[in-house]
Amino acid sequence: MNWLSWLSDFFSDPDHRSGPDSIVHRISEHLVFCGEALLFAALIAVPLGLLIGYTGRGVTIVTGIAGFARALPTLGLVTLAVLLGRVDDTAVLIPLVALAAPPLLVAAVEGVRGTDPDVRDAARGIGLTHPQVLWQVCLPSAAPTLLAGFRTATVQVIATATVAAYVGLGGLGRYVFDGLATRKYAVTAGGAVLVVLLAIGAQLFFALLARYALPPGVRAQRRTR
Amino acid sequence: MDDEPIVRWYWIGDHLGYLGNLLADHAVIALLPVLFGLLLAVPLGLACARFPRLYQPLAAVFNIVYALPAVAVFMLLIPYTGLATQATVMIPLTFYALAVLLPTIVDGLRAVPDAVRQAATAMGYGPWHRLTAVELPSALPYLIAGLRVAAVSSISLASVGALVGRGGLGYLFMDGFQRTFPTPIVAGIVLIAALAVAVDLALVGARRLLAPWAVREKGAGR
Repeated sequence: MNWLSWLSDFFSDPDHRSGPDSIVHRISEHLVFCGEALLFAALIAVPLGLLIGYTGRGVTIVTGIAGFARALPTLGLVTLAVLLGRVDDTAVLIPLVALAAPPLLVAAVEGVRGTDPDVRDAARGIGLTHPQVLWQVCLPSAAPTLLAGFRTATVQVIATATVAAYVGLGGLGRYVFDGLATRKYAVTAGGAVLVVLLAIGAQLFFALLARYALPPGVRAQRRTR
Repeated sequence: MDDEPIVRWYWIGDHLGYLGNLLADHAVIALLPVLFGLLLAVPLGLACARFPRLYQPLAAVFNIVYALPAVAVFMLLIPYTGLATQATVMIPLTFYALAVLLPTIVDGLRAVPDAVRQAATAMGYGPWHRLTAVELPSALPYLIAGLRVAAVSSISLASVGALVGRGGLGYLFMDGFQRTFPTPIVAGIVLIAALAVAVDLALVGARRLLAPWAVREKGAGR
């Protein structure tokens, strides 16, 4: 049991320095899968959530779906998708998207619904159309909630992408499962450490975004609260 | 995969006892950590309500803990707790449950109106009696809301434990995948979802029994 030697074995392995199994390549694969999954999930869930939140129709359905999605086991979805589809990246991307979409949907709905009704009325009163109110008033005021939703979805996607290496997806999970298969714990440990670091990095990234990238009005509102 | 149906019902019929054993194992692996998490979260939550400065750093730490992918954490524990042991899966699940429960308990305790607290004191309740008879019951709806989230996530996360050799129903996913036989996978997903729904309904029922006032108060039980 020696972390120093495991990690130095892992990081000094020439295969992990360059080529298809290199750390840089595995990290970029992982980021690309996660990015794609988040992008597709966002394209589906955010507009839908904004609409549902704005109209107030279907909110109970959304909360139901979100609760149910939490009960779905990632490993089950990933293995099933691969058996029913083909062993390629699109089959694995489906469960990734399916697991990232519910938190985004809920965040969009809650964010829009959390907009101060007086502010919405005022926006209507000064002559904004409904699309304008949604776009210029509700969206900025939903930004903190949406950001939190993206954070949850990202956490979910990073973890699922790791699990998906079990069915042959690339990325950092490769190390974890290749290490288990070849009985080289150093490789598994190295991969797991990188996954943990990536997850922490993503958390810090979102903490920074929440601090610096939110609309100034929303940030001021949160400070005074 | 061309002529293999998604579900072969006879397999399920032939393996009912086996599925039952996996379900029971799964329930233990997934739900005991929630119980342990609760046992840790209540004293920690009380400490945080008492010493507010403690809460910020603890909440930050548990936020990070919650974000750590379970697969990776299980793998990192192998040298200490061993492959295919319950501890490898249950220790991280305990911390995930704790990460969910701590904020809900603190929120619940903070939401007790000052007037209620003062009224209790005025009626002669000592600090301990006030805590057990007034503050904890008031926080109960929040706590049960937290338990629902923690239990459902724990049930679905526990299946990932199959990858380190101990995941209850999660084993069905690996089995089905290795034999390119989708029936066990479907059975596993359905049983896990059913267990989650059953536990969730049980907690909703518990809230109605233990905190009947919260059902009518909008938002408090969420």
